[in-house]
Amino acid sequence: MMRMPTGPGETGKVMEDAEQEAARRAAEAGQEAVVEAPVDSEAIEAAAAARALIRGRRQWPLPKQADPTAPLLTVENLRTHFKLESGWVKAVDGVSFRLDDGEALGLAGESGCGKTTTALSLVRLLPSNARIRKGSSIDLFGIDLVPKTEDQLRRYRWREISIVFQGAMNALNPVRRIGEQIAEPIEVRLGLTQDVARKRAAELLELVGIPRQRAAAYPHELSGGMRQRTMIAMALACDPAIVIGDEPTTALDVMVQAQILELLERLRRDLGLSLILITHDLSVIAETCDKTLIMYAGKVAEEGPVSRIFTAPRHPYTQKLLGAFPNIHADRRSLETIPGSPPDLRNPPAGCRFNPRCPAAMDICREVEPPEVVYPDGVRVACHLHVAGRDGAVGVTSADVVGWHRQLPVIEAPGVPAVASAGVAEPPGPGSQP
Amino acid sequence: MTELVRLAGLEVHFPIRGGLLDSLARRPAAYVRAVDGIDLTIERGEVLALVGESGSGKTTTGRVIVKLTRQTAGTVTFDGTDVTDTWGGKELRDYRRRVQLIFQDPYETLNPKQTIHDFVAEPLDVNHLASSNADRERRVMEAIESAGLRPATEFAFRYPHELSGGQRQRVVIAGALVMGPELVVADEPVSMLDVSIRTELLRLMLDLRKERELTYLFITHDLSLAWVIADRIAVMYLGKIMEIGPAEAVIRTPHHPYTKALVGVSPTPDPMSGAERASRYILVGETPDAAAIPPGCRFHPRCPLAFDRCKVDSPPLFDIGAGQQAACWLAEGGRELPVFQPRSTATAPAGAIATEPAVTAGAASVPSVEVAAAEPAATTAVAHASMGVDATQVRPDA
Ligand SMILES: Nc1ncnc2c1ncn2[C@@H]1O[C@H](COP(=O)(O)OP(=O)(O)OP(=O)(O)O)[C@@H](O)[C@H]1O
Ligand SMILES: Nc1ncnc2c1ncn2[C@@H]1O[C@H](COP(=O)(O)OP(=O)(O)OP(=O)(O)O)[C@@H](O)[C@H]1O
Ligand code: SF4
Ligand code: SF4
Ligand SMILES: [Mg+2]
Ligand SMILES: [Mg+2]
Repeated sequence: MMRMPTGPGETGKVMEDAEQEAARRAAEAGQEAVVEAPVDSEAIEAAAAARALIRGRRQWPLPKQADPTAPLLTVENLRTHFKLESGWVKAVDGVSFRLDDGEALGLAGESGCGKTTTALSLVRLLPSNARIRKGSSIDLFGIDLVPKTEDQLRRYRWREISIVFQGAMNALNPVRRIGEQIAEPIEVRLGLTQDVARKRAAELLELVGIPRQRAAAYPHELSGGMRQRTMIAMALACDPAIVIGDEPTTALDVMVQAQILELLERLRRDLGLSLILITHDLSVIAETCDKTLIMYAGKVAEEGPVSRIFTAPRHPYTQKLLGAFPNIHADRRSLETIPGSPPDLRNPPAGCRFNPRCPAAMDICREVEPPEVVYPDGVRVACHLHVAGRDGAVGVTSADVVGWHRQLPVIEAPGVPAVASAGVAEPPGPGSQP
Repeated sequence: MTELVRLAGLEVHFPIRGGLLDSLARRPAAYVRAVDGIDLTIERGEVLALVGESGSGKTTTGRVIVKLTRQTAGTVTFDGTDVTDTWGGKELRDYRRRVQLIFQDPYETLNPKQTIHDFVAEPLDVNHLASSNADRERRVMEAIESAGLRPATEFAFRYPHELSGGQRQRVVIAGALVMGPELVVADEPVSMLDVSIRTELLRLMLDLRKERELTYLFITHDLSLAWVIADRIAVMYLGKIMEIGPAEAVIRTPHHPYTKALVGVSPTPDPMSGAERASRYILVGETPDAAAIPPGCRFHPRCPLAFDRCKVDSPPLFDIGAGQQAACWLAEGGRELPVFQPRSTATAPAGAIATEPAVTAGAASVPSVEVAAAEPAATTAVAHASMGVDATQVRPDA
């Protein structure tokens, strides 16, 4: 039965005083401690090859301002805050990450940590009281989307980055056939005739595993899994480079969840999609993603390859979170609890935002915000237990993370995309940049 | 252990109200066979998990036990007494005290205008269980503390919106505890909660089992969770039990293909290797409607091991040994299940909902568009209007 927590890592370890002092000094010196970042050349080559292949298969040419050698998406120091009468909610507060062509990134963390807000910031579909703060950048093919006007952004939203909203499958219009519901945005976004859009809607349904005859069905005639497939079909309508799935399987049965995840996996492979998968369920990320980013209270706690983070988590929060999931294929063991609850984001705690709940918290944690360090295995972590200069860890500032990503050499994408040459022009519109 | 609950031949069939035409044509009434023949015992002091996909009849079974839904056939025995036809009077009041239900959604259970104290006191008042005002207060505060809301005085006079999700579910537990029940039917008690809170509540429930000698029927769709918390697991499919046994045995050596498939796809926090990924078997289609249960073995349209007999004969629960039973012809005599053969698209069972891709072209691209854009100006105008609609339409919380 449930035993007392033992913890997968060294959660309970409390640092010696001297070590604490060293940590504080290192933290204060953090800014200057920028050493050469670790580079995994094999991974770089693989990423570059994937990029060349995937960009070569694009349906539309790259946006005109695009830098073909730039990474697909780099988000730097993203800060999205909500204005309330009682103050600003710092829902996303300095988040940086990178997404490569064909890669799947899992965004995880407790309810309210800012996952959805991060995603909505990328496509700027935020509630009206939201502000993306100065200093944030969202670079897609090297084009910064933050300063774009609403009109200019339209070239990118749905066509380059699309999103399957949280809970959307229950928000399908109940009185309209699913085929129409898929076709309409296609008609509008790509400026197609109704007939062509309907035909494409049918093709999209088939792509996600729904027979095209079912286009005439109403949402209530479909199971939950099929409704979620319909939402995925909609997200694919404009052949985007990036699809964001916000809790795409949360309300579904485990078998249907497996089917949907398999579908996303197949689409990623066959269409060269990049995925951002948002879920509070770390198990789902373990099974589908290459990289994961664990958020806590609007900040990055830990980020890196799934193979590393799930086997050797470094941040106490990641350790606790992972320990809370049963592993049916391993031995039965006690589950972790994380006492307390996430902070009020109007007034987050000073220092490390996790400090009131952290079993390893030290004095420094209550005063100094932990800087991010990168380990040679590509894991980035923000915690005072991890100090630049020890075990090969390198101090990085938010900008360095991306700067480091930017240093990675790239192979140029091959010339004319195969599909584009088949007579499909880039749909015009004021959104496309001269 | 002694037996606390026994269900024998339990059936719950809900009539589907036909239209006027149906009755004019004297078509036979159709039924949703939500529970379709269950034999089950719950031992005193155990945690029995009832697991199954949505619509498999878990909640309906639980509601029959707490006497919120009438069975169509079969008997219910509680602590040696036949309570099948206990539908009123003092007997029902007594029974309701001894058997409590905890729902999935604390938001639905709690009244936003009622304080925690009043919510917990309500069942005592309704059933006239408190001998005096002092007795009432003592029992309410004790229940609140037992549910881990300490000190009770700090929480008792708050309203639900002043509590976190985990605290709300604790209040619901307090409301069940105040009656001093022997059996708690917990229907997805933690599925609305974040993992971090989930563990605390599970631990609370297990602690209470020890302290108060509770017995639990723990209803969940999450096999991993069942495995962590339960002594025994019963796996339901379309109103019937497919497999039952000690938790560890059911997970490690499943004898029913359905259980085996469920174990295979249950996600774990371990990154999967390619080989592991390939070895899982993802069933085609979704649980069929309980209004149209397939003949023979009800799992046969989705079963990777189905053979001719399965289409006509429904298998009984066969004994595997060590308290494990499985309702599959292949389990007769306690045999091991053969391994699942990898499925190719072509061999997907016909008749199942085609959720498998019809085309799996190697390097497919999204089907190309044949005709390019219309006039830019017009497009923009519509695009603008519709973008706003999209955002609000598909995102409920926008
Ligand atoms: N419009 C808004 N105004 C004020 N605060 C908001 C608004 N929208 C979200 N928030 C707050 O911002 C924080 C982040 O919310 P977000 O929806 O991004 O979280 P999440 O990680 O997606 O959570 P969940 O897992 O519950 O979906 C939360 O604390 C939330 O209460
Ligand atoms: N009052 C009712 N009238 C008609 N049909 C019902 C009624 N209650 C349940 N059903 C049907 O009975 C079947 C079993 O439902 P039940 O709620 O017991 O399933 P469940 O296993 O609890 O599913 P879930 O995981 O979705 O809660 C379903 O097909 C459901 O639609
Ligand atoms: S920095 Fe934060 S997570 Fe790390 S030890 Fe301190 S309180 Fe814990
Ligand atoms: S009886 Fe036949 S169809 Fe049913 S589970 Fe066993 S092998 Fe499969
Ligand atoms: Mg969210
Ligand atoms: Mg239910």
